[in-house]
Parts: sequence; structure tokens; C-alpha cells
Amino acid sequence: MNAPEARDWNTRAQGRKRRLERAAQALGSHLRGKTVDSAQAVTLLNAVLEPHDRVCLEGNNQKQADFLAQALVGVDVQRVHDLHMVQSVLALPEHLDVFEFGIASKLDFSFSGPQGARLAALVQGGRLQVGAIHTYLELFGRYFVDLTPKVSLIAAQAADAQGNLYTGANTEDTPVIVEATAFSGGIVIAQVNEMRESLPRVDIPAGWVDFVVRAPRPHFIEPLFTRDPAQISEIQVLMAMMAIKGIYAEYGVQRLNHGIGFDTAAIELLLPTYGESLGLKGRICRHWALNPHPALIPAIEAGWVESVHSFGSELGMEDYIRARGDVFFTGADGSLRSNRAFCQAAGHYACDLFIGSTLQMDLAGNSSTATLGRITGFGGAPNMGADARGRRHASPAWLKAGQQAREGLSGARGTPRGQKLVVQMVETYREHMQSAFVERLDAWTLAEQAGMELPPIMIYGEDVTHVLTEEGIANLLLCRNDEERAQAIRGVAGYTPVGLGRDRRMVENLRDRGVIRRPQDLGIDQRDATRNLLAAGSMRDLVRASGGLYQPPRRFRNW
Amino acid sequence: MTSAGIESLKFEFKGARAPAAFAPTLVGVVASGNLEVLLEPTDPGVCRIDVQTSARGFARIWEAVLRDFHDRHDLSGVAVSIHDMGATPAVVSLRLDQAVAEIE
Repeated sequence: MNAPEARDWNTRAQGRKRRLERAAQALGSHLRGKTVDSAQAVTLLNAVLEPHDRVCLEGNNQKQADFLAQALVGVDVQRVHDLHMVQSVLALPEHLDVFEFGIASKLDFSFSGPQGARLAALVQGGRLQVGAIHTYLELFGRYFVDLTPKVSLIAAQAADAQGNLYTGANTEDTPVIVEATAFSGGIVIAQVNEMRESLPRVDIPAGWVDFVVRAPRPHFIEPLFTRDPAQISEIQVLMAMMAIKGIYAEYGVQRLNHGIGFDTAAIELLLPTYGESLGLKGRICRHWALNPHPALIPAIEAGWVESVHSFGSELGMEDYIRARGDVFFTGADGSLRSNRAFCQAAGHYACDLFIGSTLQMDLAGNSSTATLGRITGFGGAPNMGADARGRRHASPAWLKAGQQAREGLSGARGTPRGQKLVVQMVETYREHMQSAFVERLDAWTLAEQAGMELPPIMIYGEDVTHVLTEEGIANLLLCRNDEERAQAIRGVAGYTPVGLGRDRRMVENLRDRGVIRRPQDLGIDQRDATRNLLAAGSMRDLVRASGGLYQPPRRFRNW
Repeated sequence: MTSAGIESLKFEFKGARAPAAFAPTLVGVVASGNLEVLLEPTDPGVCRIDVQTSARGFARIWEAVLRDFHDRHDLSGVAVSIHDMGATPAVVSLRLDQAVAEIE
């Protein structure tokens, strides 16, 4: 018998060395230490990349490695092709140009927001193959298992001559991307806004970074979480009152995450007014997994908020955050340190409540923002809006929800445990009389059309505990079968076809049992729901509440 | 005659609760997603509701919304004129209740 052929166990290290040597050769005097002239960015990528490489292009919810994205679009497609892109968010045209031009052919991602329609068209045209759509945490998890990047293109605020990076407030995905790449024989290339002799703090150590390119323009950041209070309606105020009195106070929710939108901004702006009048300060909403929402400023100023950990930052909040170091996670330099992976873990395991909106909900409580002709994904919502089955620590809110869900059950399903509160907050009709409640989600048709194994559901009905509309709150924890659940949802679905299709007697019975609670059942007079209750009625009010520290982006300055 | 795109709907309910004498009362604004509600005295025993809406094809929903409104207040001797610019049923109900609160 022959001895087994000796295996080479260091191909990764050799491949890395080969790529670094090719780069050094191609760049010549344009490479000084780790620093590369911006005019040579395409040359660098042509030298480092190989066909079929798995490449992570840092596209976050907010911060974008836009200069490197443009450079990637410019590579020689004869040399660099069939890349497998892995990235959490597709936000820029370049993120899809690479598929249009044949530079890349496969994609694994989390969220495509504004590029969703073009992505669907490219898939339809056979220009790109989608591996899978993930939650953020799920995709980050796969970076360390079977989607490890070979080359990562990231963005930071500043670098020093050694290659240490300062990300500034929008750290976001950078640490998790670099960790997965640098410790698996990969190559990390960073674009930075500026070179500095010394950095305010080190967010990524130089030993994990191979190349630094100073971009000609600062990287793009989208102010995604800014909501102008002037656009909050009386109906949203009413719903926010119900959320505070009917859910937050009811369960004593101290640790929570808010989704994006005007509905939840209204809750934030009602804490120091309506919440205060109910004597709830200190009893609810002390700890947050949340981006630095400008709408939270009045609650912070009124002393409601003990801590906020953030996925990313928000443009204009820099000075305010710096001046409120007791509340936000900041470096020794005073600026925010955000971290999407850790904040997603915090939101999943350490928060008792998630509240967010959706476009459609069916009678099982399944909800989705997927619409026909678009492939978008859901980012972090499925992890925030899901019961954490691995959670073991108790809190009053978690225990009460779990007890309501398990009342009267025995065996495995009746074993005592807690449950996360997952609230879907929707107006029964959106703009243009689009019903939020449907018999069948568009997600099913989308799955059929795009050949997906499963319909793209954002939050499963099994995880939803409360549905909150202007008509009231349906507590699904108290429903004992599918029929009750469907009628509880119909019972708050207002004048939508789903709502008009309710069994009136059964809905009244659910109301008697407290499964459905109307504003008047909660002691809320609809006529009190006026915009006067908002702690800030305009962007200018938010600036004033911050003592002038909050500086909104120009497009939000309307005074 | 109605202007193009505007739908006109009329409803009449028998009512028992007559408010004390009141002057014509206006709430709301004619703006996108909003509506104007005018309450005026009319013949006793009935509540007449006249709807002018820019959103066509929602007669069934108007009927359900206005029937619930009448179930809540049971007004008599009141004429309600609505100028709607695509308000949701929630906003319509809210404005109607606000208008009634004004005359009570």
C-alpha cells in the first residue's frame, strides 16, 4: 500500500503571500508601507483579486465603502470575474454593476432596500445567482463557517501610517468583517477619509489590515433613522399612547428595541409627556438597543434613559452623543462606538420587547415587507422580532409574556419559560388605502415567481405577541387556537376587508376576555390624542431639546 | 353636477339624540390624507351625511364607518357635510368624533 500523499497544510498562507507580492509588484512606489495612492485603487484590486474569490464589500445599513465599490467596478474583467459577493446591504448602484459587468456572479446578502427592483431584474435575467437572503446575525455567522471572505473592502474614518483604523461613530459591520477575513488568510483593504499622525482611538488594529487607500471623497452615510416629528399624525399619537399604556406599562418593559419609522418615533416623543403623566418614568424604557434616534433626545434629556447601545450611528448626532457619555457607548475619545453584530445579539438576547411596523400581515400574524417585483430581505428585523429560544435569564416582562402564552398547557409546550414581546404596530390602512391586513401575503406569490423555497416572511406569526392598530391591541399570547388568533387580528383590522369580515360576536367575546383592548378599555380618550402631546413637534424642537448639540443634515432643516 | 374624479355619497340615519341649539361647526382641513367636517342643524329625527370624496370606489367602507359613527352618537337634527381628500377611515372617525365634541 502506498503512503498517503503528503498534504500541504499552508495553501492559505501561500496564497496570501502570492497576492501581497503581486500587489507590491504592481504598485511599486505607489505603495508606501500599507498606504496606496487612491489613483492606484483599481491596480491594487486587479493584483489582489482572483476569479471566484469570495469578496465582502462593506455595504452597511448606513456607511458605504463607496470608493472601493467604484474601483471594483473598474477592474479588468478578463482577470477578475465570477466573484462571490457577500455583504449585508446592497445600497449603491455599484453593488449591482459588478454583476451587470460580469465581475461577480453570485451573491449572499441581508438587505437590498433601494436596489430591490434591479436585483430582481438581474436574477430574472440570469446575471446573478442569489445564494441566500439572511438576517444580519445569520450572515455574520456564516462569515465564520462557510461564507468566509477571501478579500474584504471596508470603510473607516481615518488611518495612521501603520494602518490602524479609526471608524468613528459608524463602526457598524467593520469589526465582524475584518475578524472573519484577517484570521482566515484573507486580505483586508480599507478606504479612509483621512490619514492622521495619531488616531483618536483604534477600532481596528493595524495587524489586521493589509492596505489603506485614502479616498478622494468621504464615504457616504445615509441618515436612515431621522424622522421629522412634524410628520407624525394624531393616529400615530393614539397608537403610541396605546403602546405605552397597554403594553410597556402592562408588562413593565425596561429593555427594548424600536424599529424604524414614525410610529415608534411617536412613542419616543411621548415618553416625557404622556409617559410622565402616567408616572412611568423609571418603570419602563430604561435600556435600549437602538441607533441614536434624534426622536429619543427629549426622553434622554428628561432622564428616562439609562443606556443606549447602537448598531450604527446617525448623522448629526455626533456632538450630542459626545456630550451624553453616560448614556451612549463611547470610546475614551468621546465618540460613539457602534457595532452591528453585538447590538443585534443584544437586541435578540437582552431585550424584552421589539416593536416595529410592516407592510402586510395575514390572519396567522405572519408579516412581511416583501412586495412583488422586488427582492429585498429584512436585515435585522427577523432577529429583533423573534423569541430568543436560547435565552435563560428572567425578567418580569419576559416571565409575564411566557406565562400568558403557556397558561393551561402541559408537557413540553407547558414547561414554564419566558417569551419575548414582539409587537407589530400598523395602521389598518396605509397611504392610498392600501390595507395592511390581507388574507394572503404577497410573499407567497413572490416565492412562486422567484422560485424561492420559502415565502419571504419577515416576522413569523408564531413570534408575534401583540398586534397594535388605531382600533386597539390584540394580545395573541392569550389566543388558544388558530380561529381565536384570526378573529383577534380581524378584531383590530378596522375597516379593511379583513376587518369587515370579522365575526362580531366572537370579537366581542375576545374583548370581554381582554384579548382585544380598545383605547377606551385602556382608559384612553381618543380626543386626547393630539400632536400637542409630542415632546417635540418639529426638527427645530429636537435641536432645541438637545441644547443645540444635535445638528440635523441639511435636508431636514426646514427653518 | 360633480367635478371630475369626485364621488358624491349620501346617507341618512334615524336618530334620537338631539344636541342643544348649535351654530354651524367646522373641523379638519381639506388637505391630502385629511378631510373637513361641517355640522349644521337640520330637520329633527334624522342625521343626514353628505360625502364628497376624491377617492372613488370606497362606498362600502364609508357606509361601515358612518354606521359605526351613528351607533356611537345617535344624532338627531344634524346635517354632516364631509369634504374628503383620501383620508383613512381612522382619520375620518376621529374628525367626526372631534366635530361632535365641539357641539356638545
